Amino acid sequence: MHIEIPYNVRPRPDTGLYNAKLGIWLFLASEVMLFGALFSSLILLRSGVPHWPHGRDEGLNIPLATVNTLVLIISSVTVVLAWANLRLGDLKKARLFLGATLLCALGFMVIKTIEYTDKFHHHHFPSTNNFYAIYFTLTGLHGLHVLGGMIVFAYFIGPGSKMWATEPARFTNRIEVCGLYWHFVDLVWIFLFPVLYLL
Amino acid sequence: MTEHHDAAEEHEHVHTHDDSPEAVAKEVRKYLVVFFALACLTGITVAIAYQHFEPPVAIAAALIVASIKAFLVAGYFMHLLSERKLIYAVLAITVFFFAMLIWGPWNHHYDYFGR
Repeated sequence: MHIEIPYNVRPRPDTGLYNAKLGIWLFLASEVMLFGALFSSLILLRSGVPHWPHGRDEGLNIPLATVNTLVLIISSVTVVLAWANLRLGDLKKARLFLGATLLCALGFMVIKTIEYTDKFHHHHFPSTNNFYAIYFTLTGLHGLHVLGGMIVFAYFIGPGSKMWATEPARFTNRIEVCGLYWHFVDLVWIFLFPVLYLL
Repeated sequence: MTEHHDAAEEHEHVHTHDDSPEAVAKEVRKYLVVFFALACLTGITVAIAYQHFEPPVAIAAALIVASIKAFLVAGYFMHLLSERKLIYAVLAITVFFFAMLIWGPWNHHYDYFGR
């Protein structure tokens, strides 16, 4: 039996939104609270001691983190360009931009791995002190979100793109929705970068 | 009919965005301007960090720049500047509870210095 999911293309008359879009915003709201709780913990830990170590003094690599910031910003642009090309009906270009987004995400993870490896090499673990505990928790959780985005993008570049042939508008909406998620991942990093590395 | 035309035809009926090539090209230009602004602001964030300001000044400056960057990403890439009222309502509730999460420990900060 085939059951049609309602309003995944056309907006619902009462909300003015297609369901997936409202769904992703509700999900992102819950994500704000998840990261918010950890930022709250950071403020509590930081304000509870007379001296909080500077990321630079703890050996965090600012140039690498700056590159990672730029990589995520570029990926935000490429994902929105993929969506723009789908609106123009150009799947080929859209897939190229999605591929670029995936590459950026991979680049981000490679740089993060280099940073983590360096920390472990210097015997810096989450158990070392409160600074590293919150550093690894926040960046680790963020990294998991990047990984999740990579899986979704890989799916839409590959098997997921078959939907374009039968339901192009629904596919376009799917890319818009995962783009919103990806911009949120970028948004979190925009705050993590100065808070952990620069202050 | 090609795959390309099928997609364009369906979009005419179901999308709330203006999908004309001119409108999309205009949006793309806007995205690129936002990208350059974000890249410059990242440079400013790093430059501020190397100025050795007093912690309160450094924190305020870094958070102001980060907030401007967040506004650009949310406003333009996530289209929050032209979104439906329901999403604003969801976000208003979220912002309230997020502010409570941040305000709580921040208040503790003042308790610490007031001891």
